[in-house]
Parts: sequence; C-alpha cells; structure tokens
Amino acid sequence: MNFWLVLAVNSVTFGGLLFLLSAGFSLIFGLMRIPNLTHGSLFMLGAYFGATFITGVFGVPMNFWLAAILATLLVAILGALTERLLLRKLPGDALAQVLVTLGLSFMAADFCLMVWGGDPVNVETPDGLGGFMRVGVAAFPIYRVAIIAIAAVFAVALWMLLDRTRLGAMIRAGVDDPDMARVVGIRVSQLFTIVFALGAGLAGFAGIIGGPILSVYPGLDQDMLPLALVVVILGGTGSLLGSFVGSIIVGFIYNFGQALLPELAYFVLFLPMLLVLIFRPQGLFGRHVP
Amino acid sequence: MSGMPSARHIALAVAFAALVTLPFWMPGIYYINVSSQVLFYAIFALGLNILVGYGGLVSLGHAGLFGITAYATAYLLSMGLGHTAAILGALIISLGCTAIFAALALRATGIGFIMITLALGQIIWGLAYRWISLTGGDNGINVKTRPAPFGVDLGDPSGFYYTSLVIFLIAVVVVTIFVRSPFGAALKGTRDQPRRMNALGYHVWAIRFWACVLSGLLTAVAGILFVYYTQFISPQTTSLTASAEVLLMVIAGGPATLLGPIVGAALVVVVKNVVSGYIERWNFLLGAIFVAIVILMPEGLVPGTARLWRQGWRAFRSRRSVVLAGSAEPKP
Repeated sequence: MNFWLVLAVNSVTFGGLLFLLSAGFSLIFGLMRIPNLTHGSLFMLGAYFGATFITGVFGVPMNFWLAAILATLLVAILGALTERLLLRKLPGDALAQVLVTLGLSFMAADFCLMVWGGDPVNVETPDGLGGFMRVGVAAFPIYRVAIIAIAAVFAVALWMLLDRTRLGAMIRAGVDDPDMARVVGIRVSQLFTIVFALGAGLAGFAGIIGGPILSVYPGLDQDMLPLALVVVILGGTGSLLGSFVGSIIVGFIYNFGQALLPELAYFVLFLPMLLVLIFRPQGLFGRHVP
Repeated sequence: MSGMPSARHIALAVAFAALVTLPFWMPGIYYINVSSQVLFYAIFALGLNILVGYGGLVSLGHAGLFGITAYATAYLLSMGLGHTAAILGALIISLGCTAIFAALALRATGIGFIMITLALGQIIWGLAYRWISLTGGDNGINVKTRPAPFGVDLGDPSGFYYTSLVIFLIAVVVVTIFVRSPFGAALKGTRDQPRRMNALGYHVWAIRFWACVLSGLLTAVAGILFVYYTQFISPQTTSLTASAEVLLMVIAGGPATLLGPIVGAALVVVVKNVVSGYIERWNFLLGAIFVAIVILMPEGLVPGTARLWRQGWRAFRSRRSVVLAGSAEPKP
C-alpha cells in the first residue's frame, strides 16, 4: 500500500515538473508552429545555472530560491535571444527553424559538458523542505509535495495569464489564427519573443526545481526532450489543459513503468502515444493536427 | 547546354575510376577505412534523402532504424546464426519496424512527422540503453566474425572497401532508377502538391509509405555494413546525434539531388574523423555547422555551389557582353 502511494506521489511530482517543461513547449509550438528542440537543453541549462549559483559565483553562495529565480531569468533571456537573433532570420521556414534549434541543442549539450564536466552535479534540497511528512502510515518527502504545490500554482497562474489577461487573449488569438491576429493589429512577431522567453524560463525553472530529485548530468536534455514531445503529442499542441493532462499521464506511466518494468520504461511511454496517434492524431485537447 | 552531358559523363567516369582504384593511391589503411565509412554512410544518406529530398518528409529517427538493423544483425549472430541468415533476418526485422514507424509517423506530415520520428528514434535509443538483457545496455554487442561473400575477405581493408563500393554503386543505380521512375515523380508530386495529387487520383499516403519502406531498406543495408565494419554496436549509434549527423549529410550536400548526400556523407565523415583526432568538441562543431548551413546556404553545398558558380559565370558573361555591346553601340 505504502509503496503504491509513494509511487503515486512521485508520479504526480514528476508530472508537475513535466507540466512546467511542456507548457512552454506546447505554447511555442502552438504559436510558432515549430517544436523547439532546445527545450531539453533549456531545462538542463536552468539546472546547471541554478546549481552554480547555489554553490556560489565569485565565492558568494546563494539561497536556493534566489538562485532559481536568477537561473530562470538567465534561461528566459537566452530563449528570447535565440528567437530574436536566429529564428527571426528564417521567417515562415518551419523546417529551417527546427534544424536551427536542433543545432543549438547540440552546441548547448557540448557547452555544458565542457563547463561542468561529465560527473553528475547534485543540488541540495532547499532549507526547511528536507525530510519527510507523515500522513497516517505513509511518509512523503516534503520537497516532492512542495514541487506539486509549485506546479499547481504555476498551472493556475498560466491559466489566469492566458484566459484573463489581454496578453493571454493575444496569445490565444495567435495560436488559433496567426494571420487573422495580424490583421486585427496584434503584433504576432512580438508575441513570438514573449512566448519564447516565457517557455524558456519555465523550462529553466523546471530544471532547477527538479535538480534536487533528478540531479544534473550530461544527457539530461536528451532524457527530458522526448518526454516533452510525448506530452505534447498526447495533449495536443497549444493547449494548456492538454499539457497538464498529458504531463500527469506521462508522469504516472514513466514512474510506474520504471518501478515495474525497468527495462521497458521508455517503451511503455510509447503506448499511449500510439493510441492517441491512431485514434486522435490532433491530441486529446488539440484543435488541429500539427 | 549541349556540352553539359558529355562534361558530366567525363566527370562521372573520372570519379568512378578514382573510386575503383582508391586502395592503390590512398596513402594508408586508415584512409581506406575512412573511405569505406564514407561509402556506407553515403548509402544511409541516399536512403534518408528519398524521404527528406524527394518526399519532403524530414525524419529525425533514422538512426533508430539504422541501429535496429545493426542490433538485429549482431543479436542474431550472437545467437549462433550464420551470416546469410542473420543478414536476411535483420533485413526482415528492420523492414517490419520501418513499416510500423511509417504507419505511425505518416499520421502527420511536415513538422508533425519530424516530432513523431524524433520520439520514435528516442524510444529506440531508450530501449537500446535500458533493455539490457537484449541489447547489453551500455556495453553493446560485439560481432566476432565477418562474412566472406564470394571469397572476398572482409577483414582486409581493401576487401571491405570493394564490397562496400559494389553495394554503394548498386544503391546509386537503384536510387537513380527510382528518381526517374513514375513512382519517383509521384513522390515529388506529393511533396509539392499533395492535394492536387490526391485530386488526380494518386494515393498520397501509399506513395509516402512505400517511399519510407525504400528509405528504410537502404538504411538497413547501410546498418549491416556498419555493424560488420565496427564489429560493435552500442546505444550511441541510435542516438539523436546520429540521426542529426545523417540529416546533416543530406542537408549539407543538398537534398533532392543524387550527388548531394554522397558529397555530404564524405564531408561529414572526413570532418568528423579529422576533428576528433584533434579536439573532443565534435558535437559543438556539428551543431554550429548545422546552424551555419541552414542560415547561410539553405539549399545545400552542391546546389549552393552550383548556384554561385552559375551566378558568377552569368555575371562574367553579361559583363563581357555588356562590354562588347557597349563598344558597338553605347546605350543611354
């Protein structure tokens, strides 16, 4: 009983991290019509930057949350620069944009290997969130519960942003019909930069928040990117609800798969994707086939 | 224009002669081995080019198919099967996987196709890493012996080179026939105008599906040559980096050309071998080349160079004709 409960909490935690990662991926895809293949790298960069800030830059160690915020901002700026300086040069050429993000992801992976080396970097659990929380007979790591809470807060905040603000309305218009959005005077290309920075920041934030449970290692980017892809294929592109449901599903399948069928964990992920592709190619909550 | 075919024929004959005599003028075994690598990667790139260039379907999971064939060959050999049986078995397994992959990936086109092939490729990579009882995990599988087709010793660098060359030439002929066939024309049609092709009565999905299968067959042949060349297969071979490398061969050389992927394969293999001799940063360079080619020379090196050459020649000619015309009759 205890085993299943802990596994379920771990699944929701991982699902929460995946939501932070894939919400941005899905929004970028919905708006710009490209899968941002640097998304795994942004996750990894966020984790590495955060870990470096915590151990200290110029001998000044930082608080976990301050480091997380700084890392998030740094990754968001990197995302905005990528969009402004590179993707902007290839307007309308989706294939070329995808290939540029692919090239950048290799450069980022090698850059990380060069700077931080091949050994995993551990991130300390933030003060006050270590240890366990007892509920009846079961004990849950407090930090994992905290991640669930943070992901829930972000889900609500993102939903408010998209559903209740002017910016959100503009983004939704851009996702639904970019040409028409342009015609009514929305500066869609400016939205690209904003959404790219937002998505990158979310990915970087997920990276550092996930640091204490996943640790940071070379190849983390290639572990996370396919998960984000599967989430978006499952949930449908450009849909926040889709990423949310997809993340929870993938979180459960991935954790239960790893516990029960460790050799085939990756393969089990493939199953829901297969079903969705066969029966509902636009994804559970998507409006059009990518 | 009338002089073009003969010039092309001469160039082809020179290239052919150079390839056939290569082991005699290459300075050492190392270079012959690199040439063999170029040949089987060229087959791989020709296979991918059918989808990327002629079908307009960009696959980021081809290293997965390449790896499946190599793993299947190595695994069947380790089970004690003979070379012929292992090769045939591997071809059947990889064609079956190709058909499944194609059926899934062709649920979408364009960017959706890229995403699904990428996800499928990553799943193969994950399986290769974690399904240790089958794949040996990080340790991979060793292939202890090489076959000796028609008495040619594949342990000898020249023997391996000539075997690869024969298979490479067959692949080139097959792809040439394919491109000029009605099927090739129909595939190009589905790339440019899928709706019109559909309206004309072509079965767009089936055309794309069979193009995937042909591409998978060439990939499988390259995978078998690869596993006999390295005599070792590990998850690295199926990684996204490997898929990106072969895509770079196609894109760098020039998609939808026959020569492009071959030149691209030669370029990438040579650069990779030279660079990894000096620095460890091959991935960084791979990424940088990718970004540079996409932004600076999006049509690829072969068509790009041809375009620059034509433009230069035209500029030269027009300047000369302007000068001539100017001397005869000055224009206002």
